[in-house]
Amino acid sequence: MWNYSETVMEHYRNPRNVGCIEDADAIGEAGSLSCGDMLKLYLKVDDKGIITDAKFQTFGCGSAVASSSILTEMVIGKHIDEARKITNKQIAEALGGLPPEKMHCSVMGHEALEDAIKNYYNEEITINSDNDETVCFCYDVTKSFLENEIKNNHLKTMQDVINYTKAGGGCGRCRGKIQDILDSVNAPLEKEKPTKTQMIIKINNIIEKYISPELRKDGGDIELIDVDDNKIKVRLSGRCQACNRSQLTLTHFVEATLRQHIDENIEIVQV
Amino acid sequence: MTDKKFIYLDNNATTKVDEKVVEAMLPYFSQYYGNPSSIYDFAGKSANVIKESREIIKDFMGANSQKEIIFTASGSESANTAIRGILNADRSKNHLITTKVEHPCVLNVYKQLEKEGYNVTYAGVNSSGELNTEEIYESVNDKTALVSCMYANNETGVIFPVEEIAEKVKSKNKDTKVFVDAVQAAGKINLDVKNTQIDMMGISGHKFHAPKGVGALYVKSSVLFNPLIIGGHQENGRRAGTENVAFIAGLAKAALLAQDYLKYESTKVKELRDKLENGLLSRVYSARLNSASRTRVPNTTNIGFEYVEGELILLNMNDAGICASSGSACTSGSLDPSHVLKAMGIPFTALHGSIRFSLSRYTTDEEIDYALEVIPGIIEKLNNISPFQQELKELRQRKGIYSK
Repeated sequence: MWNYSETVMEHYRNPRNVGCIEDADAIGEAGSLSCGDMLKLYLKVDDKGIITDAKFQTFGCGSAVASSSILTEMVIGKHIDEARKITNKQIAEALGGLPPEKMHCSVMGHEALEDAIKNYYNEEITINSDNDETVCFCYDVTKSFLENEIKNNHLKTMQDVINYTKAGGGCGRCRGKIQDILDSVNAPLEKEKPTKTQMIIKINNIIEKYISPELRKDGGDIELIDVDDNKIKVRLSGRCQACNRSQLTLTHFVEATLRQHIDENIEIVQV
Repeated sequence: MTDKKFIYLDNNATTKVDEKVVEAMLPYFSQYYGNPSSIYDFAGKSANVIKESREIIKDFMGANSQKEIIFTASGSESANTAIRGILNADRSKNHLITTKVEHPCVLNVYKQLEKEGYNVTYAGVNSSGELNTEEIYESVNDKTALVSCMYANNETGVIFPVEEIAEKVKSKNKDTKVFVDAVQAAGKINLDVKNTQIDMMGISGHKFHAPKGVGALYVKSSVLFNPLIIGGHQENGRRAGTENVAFIAGLAKAALLAQDYLKYESTKVKELRDKLENGLLSRVYSARLNSASRTRVPNTTNIGFEYVEGELILLNMNDAGICASSGSACTSGSLDPSHVLKAMGIPFTALHGSIRFSLSRYTTDEEIDYALEVIPGIIEKLNNISPFQQELKELRQRKGIYSK
């Protein structure tokens, strides 16, 4: 059994504003029958841009109905531009929280609202435009949608993405792609660059532990001279200096080892 | 929730432990707690009850000898033990067959075996839930090590012709072994392995009013088999671990009772199931029977309510005191709906709104009457929330025409 909040239970037991508005000024839709949940949102907007009425029809689980129901309450009385600022997080918070696996219900609510507002302004629907690639075919989720949700909800893991967007939760074939998107969205945030001193210490440790012992076996050695961003300046010593295969050693062994332990982008420069 | 009603229609998930079963178990906790392997008289009490229980389970499954019965901790353990036990004993073959609608305790073992290098054929079912047995027969070859097929499906209750399958499989390759997961058949229909070609059969106590945590596995005496759990000499060296004496006693008592109630299952329980099924189909225009096969265990029905979602139905039924389960994705936390209903090709319109009702000997006429009284109202309420008003309207009109 799900651990639903009192508010969620109250809303699926007694959903507010169920139905359709025949002369709606805006209609929004999200989800589909085959995906297991779908929401239709109808808005009545007066000439000042105030949402005077909202109704919904939802095919979905308890939390999907609760999310739709509370969303109608949240938008009624708001100016349409104000309603546009509502996030899926706010929908979930208004419900007193949702189980993590059910966060996609709040996302669906938000999606339908967005769709309705675009419909109101006659804006072009950007979803599925030519330059937007479908990533998850089971649930028809696009790359730009994923990027937005990952950014806005600070999603960190594959499970987060599945919980919030359903993408990757079906056959699982797209999980590699989703991981790439996760990495690229989160990359600038997560990878804080180490300082130069930290890098020097790190590299020296690797050299001491893995590289020097091997070179010494052949009567040579290596010395770290300087670090310039991802360029690592080293000097070979002993028999390595005279060895005609030293360049091979540098790329195939030294560079490969450092890349493996520290950073894929490391380049070795011999000085 | 002021309503104190409690109607349990989820007996394929688990059952109420019969009070007589509890009674049979109690002496083996604090009174006769001896280890059956010990030598003194006191431990003999434990050893004896296991021996008696083995005899009872032997008869319950229709085995030839006590030696063919291994006590386990669950249906899943029985399945894992059987499958791994066979494959570990003979590694010369690399092909396996099973069905698309097995319980995860078989299906996921097969998926794992695929990763380990086995080729697997998954036989499908038709839209009524009946097995395409030809797919099994056609794929048997000289490399086929094992065929696993459930006796009755947990979601639809459809019975598969396991005896015939075993026979035909053996006629194509006599060395191929056959395992039958009978977890959903035990206690609902009569089991009788001795005159069949079935090599192994697993059952689980909590599906027929024994407690959770005890099961049994039948292994034909001629079948070579490597144990899954290795350790002491218990269960003839085929399942190590000190015997769960009280639970084994409970399993045996439950089996005795179940055998007595078989007739009741096939008459009264079936009558109530049919009453519920027919009642819902006639009162709810958006209801469709998913488990349309006529060969079903007597207690199970699976009904799809079109254009509404299963979890929402279950939550509303829960508020009315009715317990059932759904093949909908939302109830499990996974996003995919039931693999069984998908294999049957149940249309999307009804797939997510599919509800399984499973009765037991404790189900009463009054309970079914109550369910029939409240469920149509719940579906009506949920239909009004659905965005598929036009589709529902057409469905209502179509059904209206049909019924005239």
